[in-house]
Amino acid sequence: MNILDSIDAASLRNDVPDFRPGDTLKVHVNIIEGKNSRVQVFQGFVVGRQGAGVRETFTVRKVSFGVGVERTFPVHSPIIEKIEVVTRGDVRRAKLYYMRALRGKAAKIKEKRDFGNAK
Amino acid sequence: MTATRNVKGLLGTKLGMTQVWDENNKLIPVTVVQADSNVVTQLRNAEKDGYTAVQIGFGQIDPRKVTKPLAGHFEKAGVTPRRHVVELRTADAESYELGQQLSVEVFEAGQKIDVVGTTKGKGFAGVMKRHGFHGVGASHGAHKNHRKPGSIGGASTPSRVFKGLKMAGRMGAARHTTMNLTVHAVDAEKSLLLIKGAVPGARGSVVLVRTAVKGA
Repeated sequence: MNILDSIDAASLRNDVPDFRPGDTLKVHVNIIEGKNSRVQVFQGFVVGRQGAGVRETFTVRKVSFGVGVERTFPVHSPIIEKIEVVTRGDVRRAKLYYMRALRGKAAKIKEKRDFGNAK
Repeated sequence: MTATRNVKGLLGTKLGMTQVWDENNKLIPVTVVQADSNVVTQLRNAEKDGYTAVQIGFGQIDPRKVTKPLAGHFEKAGVTPRRHVVELRTADAESYELGQQLSVEVFEAGQKIDVVGTTKGKGFAGVMKRHGFHGVGASHGAHKNHRKPGSIGGASTPSRVFKGLKMAGRMGAARHTTMNLTVHAVDAEKSLLLIKGAVPGARGSVVLVRTAVKGA
């Protein structure tokens, strides 16, 4: 099956941190305007991860001026300067689509409390 | 008729599709074709054959399976027998040598190419899938004829169905040429061609990659 792994290996990044749905991320996106390039930070929680290998993507949702904004990035995209994990979320779904219907206090994700025995 | 254009071509195995990022960070869908073990097996010239062409062999074959006449043909070129043989009409056939190895470097990144292959067989397919008919409405009283072709012609005149009318039938498993594709990258080390876009055939099928016939 994995005949093309050697070609994909060239595109894969190895600096992607481990993150899961519900985690809050800061995605540093490189934006090129004409000749200049700058870094824009997109901060929000991970709605889900989709796909595998070189074509894996993840969706980040944030509420900007009362409007929900979702952005999907390829995990190995070269436009991503870096990904910072801000908090770990405690969620029971792989895809957090239900969060789109929630507003205000209900639209909060519990932070994961790591105890010694809880893995 | 003699060829007036210089055509370059290689046979290869379609390995599958994947994606790569280009230098502008745009995602490019690519088909990977492995074109190793290509050799020149025969040269056609105007005096003897009436046209100029180069014959290319590709692929491994069990020597026991090769018939004596074919074995002699390959021996004349001084190469081990190949499974697939194809002839390319080209004006510069003299520039090739008998038995010459052809690497993927005959193509370069950015070049326009055509890819010839055998499409995937779809079996017996209806007119909507096979010819892109629109079918019949889903509602408004349509009864049991949602994917049917509708009328196939007149009545007492001409009192027959015209030949070649598009109907349901066997689809696919036919030779198809996808034109004006772009070579995205060439990997000479692994004998790989990365071609932007899709190419006819299933993974593992043999395709012919040659310089584009049409287009700029």
